[in-house]
Amino acid sequence: MRIPCPFCGVRDITEFTYLGDASLSQRPDPASPDAAKRFHEYVHLRDNPAGLHDELWYHGGGCRSWLTVTRNTRTHAIEDAKLTRASKSRAATP
Amino acid sequence: MTDAAQPNRLPAGGAIQGLIDRDRLLAFTFDGKVYAGHAGDTLASALIAAGVKLIGRSFKYHRPRGIFSAGPEEPNALVELRTGARREPNTRATTIELYDGLEAASQNRWPSLAFDILAVNQIASPLFVGGFYYKTFMWPASFWEKVYEPLIRRAAGLGRASEYPDPDRYEKAYAFCDVLVIGSGPAGLAAALAAGRSGARVILCEDDARLGGRLLGERQTIDDAPAHLFAAAASDELGSLPDVCVMSRTQVFGAYDDGVYGALERVADHMTAPAAGVPRQRLWRIAAKRCVNAMGATERPIVFGGNDRPGVMLASAVRTYLNRFGVLPGRKPVVFTTNDDGWKTVADLAAAGAQVEAVVDPRASVDETLTKAAAAAGARVLLGGRIVDVAGDARGVTSAVVSAGGKRQVFAADLVAVSGGWNPQVALTTHRGGKPRWSEALSTFVPGDLPDGMAVTGAANGDFGLAESLRGGSAAGAAAAAACGFSATPAPQPRAEDEPAAVVPLWHVDGGRYKAFVDLQNDVTAGDIALAHAEGFRSIEHLKRYTTLGMATDQGKTSNLNGHAMMAALTGQAMSDVGTTLSRPPHQPVAIGAFAGHHRGRHFRPTRHVPGHAWAIENGAVMVEAGPWLRPQYFPRPGEKDWLASVVREVRTVRSSVGVCDVSTLGRIDIRGRDAATFLDRVYINTFSTLPVGKARYGVMLREDGFVMDDGTTSRFGDDHYVMSTTTANAAKVMQHLEFCHQALWPELDVAMVSVTEQWSQYAVAGPKARELLAQLYGSDVDLSNDALPYMGCREISLRGITTRLFRISFSGELAYELAAPARHGAAVLEDLMALCDTFGGCPYGTEAQSVMRIEKGHVAGNELNGQTVARDLGLGRMMSTKKDYIGRVMADRPALVAPDRPTLVGIRPVEKGRRLTAGAHILPGGAAAVAASDQGYVTSVAYSPALEGWIGLALVVNGPTRHGERVRAYDAVRNNDQDVTICAPVFVDPEGVRLRG
Repeated sequence: MRIPCPFCGVRDITEFTYLGDASLSQRPDPASPDAAKRFHEYVHLRDNPAGLHDELWYHGGGCRSWLTVTRNTRTHAIEDAKLTRASKSRAATP
Repeated sequence: MTDAAQPNRLPAGGAIQGLIDRDRLLAFTFDGKVYAGHAGDTLASALIAAGVKLIGRSFKYHRPRGIFSAGPEEPNALVELRTGARREPNTRATTIELYDGLEAASQNRWPSLAFDILAVNQIASPLFVGGFYYKTFMWPASFWEKVYEPLIRRAAGLGRASEYPDPDRYEKAYAFCDVLVIGSGPAGLAAALAAGRSGARVILCEDDARLGGRLLGERQTIDDAPAHLFAAAASDELGSLPDVCVMSRTQVFGAYDDGVYGALERVADHMTAPAAGVPRQRLWRIAAKRCVNAMGATERPIVFGGNDRPGVMLASAVRTYLNRFGVLPGRKPVVFTTNDDGWKTVADLAAAGAQVEAVVDPRASVDETLTKAAAAAGARVLLGGRIVDVAGDARGVTSAVVSAGGKRQVFAADLVAVSGGWNPQVALTTHRGGKPRWSEALSTFVPGDLPDGMAVTGAANGDFGLAESLRGGSAAGAAAAAACGFSATPAPQPRAEDEPAAVVPLWHVDGGRYKAFVDLQNDVTAGDIALAHAEGFRSIEHLKRYTTLGMATDQGKTSNLNGHAMMAALTGQAMSDVGTTLSRPPHQPVAIGAFAGHHRGRHFRPTRHVPGHAWAIENGAVMVEAGPWLRPQYFPRPGEKDWLASVVREVRTVRSSVGVCDVSTLGRIDIRGRDAATFLDRVYINTFSTLPVGKARYGVMLREDGFVMDDGTTSRFGDDHYVMSTTTANAAKVMQHLEFCHQALWPELDVAMVSVTEQWSQYAVAGPKARELLAQLYGSDVDLSNDALPYMGCREISLRGITTRLFRISFSGELAYELAAPARHGAAVLEDLMALCDTFGGCPYGTEAQSVMRIEKGHVAGNELNGQTVARDLGLGRMMSTKKDYIGRVMADRPALVAPDRPTLVGIRPVEKGRRLTAGAHILPGGAAAVAASDQGYVTSVAYSPALEGWIGLALVVNGPTRHGERVRAYDAVRNNDQDVTICAPVFVDPEGVRLRG
C-alpha cells in the first residue's frame, strides 16, 4: 500500500504506523455525567465497516504527522488522506 | 556430427541448431556422473543432450519421471542443486541455467534413481488415493507416531533442505517507474519499446536470462528474419534508452496494492557461489504507475494413461528444446494435439531429423495446410483420434496406444509431444481479488477484472497470434506511457503473421490401462478426481484440499484447469460456474531468505550504539541489549569468578564511594510552547504546570484505558520549555503517543515536541562522593552545594564552553546526578568523568548494578510497568491528581481497577537466609496447594542485595500493603524453585531517603 501524505507525497506503507478508527480523535468530555460509559465506548468499541473507513495513521518514518486516511477495507483503495489536526480544527470551527 | 558426450545435440550447421554458444563447453554432474553442455543451456536441455531421460521419482508413488516442460511450470524434473550449505531442494531443471561445475542430484529415490524400492507404493496405491491421510494409517492409533509417520515421511516427499545456515546474502531493493512491463515475449518487447521510445521510465522484468520468450522457442519470422533476431535487436534498443531498465533473471511474483509489485532478481543463482560482496538474490519492491502484463501463457497437457512417463512432454517444450537449445528430445515422436499450434511441432521435429510416427488430433477435420505439412514430414495423420495409453518404463516411453476411427493402433515411440491448448498466465491479475473469465472460444480462463493500472496483452490476454501480440503489446505500451503523460509517434509495426490457432477442449482420455495423472507433482490421478466426486468433495476448493490437486510447489500450473474441468464434467456444471481456485502471491516459489534480506541474526534490526560505546568496550564491558541499544551490563575485573561478583563490587563501590553509569539510551523529548505545561498536565497523572523552573519531577503516564504506559523524570528549563525522559524501551512509543495527543486530541495547544535522545549523552554519577567528583569536573566556579542544586534540581552549566545539563536525580538512592552533554562531546565527557572517578576509587557500573540498586530502593521498572498494572498497584496512587483531567483518568476509576484486593507492590525476602529468589514465581498463601485457585500474585524482579547480603525481590501480591510480615509461598514450577518468603515493604535501603538528599 502507498499513502499520499499531505506533506511528503505518496510514500510506502512501511513508513507509517496504524492506530485504527479515526473516532479515536474524538475524545469524550471527561466532565460529562456519563463519562464512564462514553470513555468505555471510546476506548473499546469500534465500527468495522466493509467499505470506506476513516482511520488514523502515523507517519513516523517521515514528517511525524498523524493522518486521517479514508481507506476502502474491501479493496485497500485509499480515497483520501488529510492531516488529523487540520480536520480537527475544521470540526472545531463551525 | 554428433558428439559422443551429447548424443542428442543437433549438429552445428543443420536446419535447426539452437541459440546456444557452442564454443563454450560447460561440465556438470548429475547424481555424481559428469556431463557436458554449452553456455545458453538449462540443466534440462543439457540432460536431454546427454541422453538422460530419468530425472526423479514422483512424490507418492515413486514413479519414474522425466522432463515435462521447458519453463517454470515444470512439475517433474525437480532436483537438488548444489551441495552442503548451498544445497537447494526442488529446483526446476528447466529453469536452472547451466554453469561450469554445476552439481545436481535427483530426489525422492532410495536407494538409487534407477532402482527405487519404494516404487512398490504403486502396488499399494489403494492406500494412497485422494484423502488417504484422512483414511488410512488410522489404526491402531499407537502406530501413528512410531510406524506410520516415519514410513510416510520416508516414502512421500521431495528434496532435502540443507541442514546448514545459508552462507549467502540477500538484499532488498526499491524501484519506481512509470511503466512496468512483465515478460519479454513479442507482446512485452513491443510494449517496452513503445513506452520506452516515448521517454517514460520503463522497467522490463524477464524471468529468463535472455529476452524473447516464445520467440526463442519457435521458428517464426518478424520482418522476414528469424524472430529471435527481432528479440536481440529489441534488447539492444531497450538497452540504449536511458530511462529503460531491463531486468532479466527477475520474476515478478506478486501484484500488491497501489501499483506495487514484488519481484525476485536471481543475481547469482547461475553461478556456483556469488562473488564476494554480491548477494545471491535481490527482492524488489517496484512501485509502478502503470503495468503492462505480458506474462504469456502456459501450455496445457492432456490426461491419459501413462501420461507421466519420461518422454511425455509439452509440445511447445519440444519446440523450445529444438529451436532454442538445439537438442532432440526424441527420435521417434508422436504428436498429440487438440489445436493448430501443436501441429507446428511436427514440422520442427522433422526439420531436426526426427521421424514423426504420427500426429493425433481429436478434431474430425483441421485446416488442410496442417495435414499437408504433416504428410510432407512423413507423419501419419490420425484425425478424430486420441492417445489412450503410453507404455514405457524407467528408461522412458516405448509406445503410444492411439484410438482413432473405432480401432486402437500401437505406435512405437520414444517421445510423446502433447498440447491441450494454452492457458493465459492470469495469476497476477487475480492477486488483488480479480476473478478470471472463462472463454469458450479458447477453452480456458482469460483475465477478468484487472488491478488498477494494469493492462494485459498478448498471450496473457488470450491473444496468441504473433502479429496480434506485437500489435497489442505496442498499443498497451503506448497507452500506459500516455497515461503517465508521455507520447510518441507510433513506429511502423513489424511484419509478422498470425498462424492458425483453433482449439477444441479435451481434458481427459478415459479407458487407458495405466494410471492417468492430472497433477504430476503431487501424484493426483484421474481416479482421485472421480473418487473426490463420489465422496462429495465436489467444489474445486474441496477438491483441492481432498486430493492435494495444485498444492505442490508448481501450484498446479499444468494441472489445475484439467482437474477442475474433469470435476465440472462429473458434476455437469459449466466452467464459467465452476471458476478457479484463488491464487495468492508468490506466483513462483521465493526463498524465505530473500524475504528476510539483511534482517538475519544480529542484523534482524539495527543495533544502536551510544557515544560511550567504544569506551565501554575498551574497558571490558559485557554488553546487553536494551531495546534497540547495546548497554554495558557489567564491567568484570580480573579475579572475579562470575557476573554476580562484578555486580556486587559495582554496587558496593557506588554505595560507598562513587560510580558512573551511561544512561544515554533513556528517551529524551524536548517539549516547548506556551501550552507546554498544560499539555504535560494532560498526559501525566501528576501536575507539571506547578513545577518551578530549574526543577525536575517524576511523572507517570497512563494509556487511555487506565493502565500505566511509562514513567520518567521531566525537568523544566523555562516557562515554555520542558525536557521529558522516558524509559529506553518506550521512547518511540511515548513520542508517538505525545504527537497523537497533540495533533489528534488537542491541536489547539501551542506546543511542539521533538525527540532528542540521540542529541544528548547522559551519565548517572552516583554515590557519596558524586558531588566532589562533579565539583572537580566543573571547577570551583560552579556551586554544586545543596542550596545551589538541591535534590530534584536541574541546571544548565557550561563545561569548558559546552552547554551541559546537570540533574540532581537518583535512581540508585544515593546522592546522585545525571550529567547530559551534547552527543558529539559525549565520549570526551565520559572519559573525563571516568578519569576523575578513578581518583575517588570509583568505578563504572552497568545495567545489572543499576537494577540491583533500583530494586533495593523499590523503584518500578519494565518488569512492573508490564501493561497490566495501574498506578495504585505500584504504590503510585497518591500521584494521581484529583484536580485535573489527564489521559486514562476516567478509565482508571473502573471498579476492577480500584478494587482493594488487586495485586499490589511489596517486597519479599527468603525465609531461609541465603536462598535464591526467582522472578516469575507465584505467590501462594503459606502452606497452600500449588493450584491456580490459590494464586495471589507473582514475583516481578529479584536481585542479590549486597547491602542486605541476601536475595530480595519485588512482587505484586493481593492486598500486599496490608500483609507486611506475612510468610507466604513463592512457587516457581518453571525454574524448580519452591520456598517460603516474607512479605515486607518494597524499600530495602535507606527508606527515609536521607542519602539522596545529602
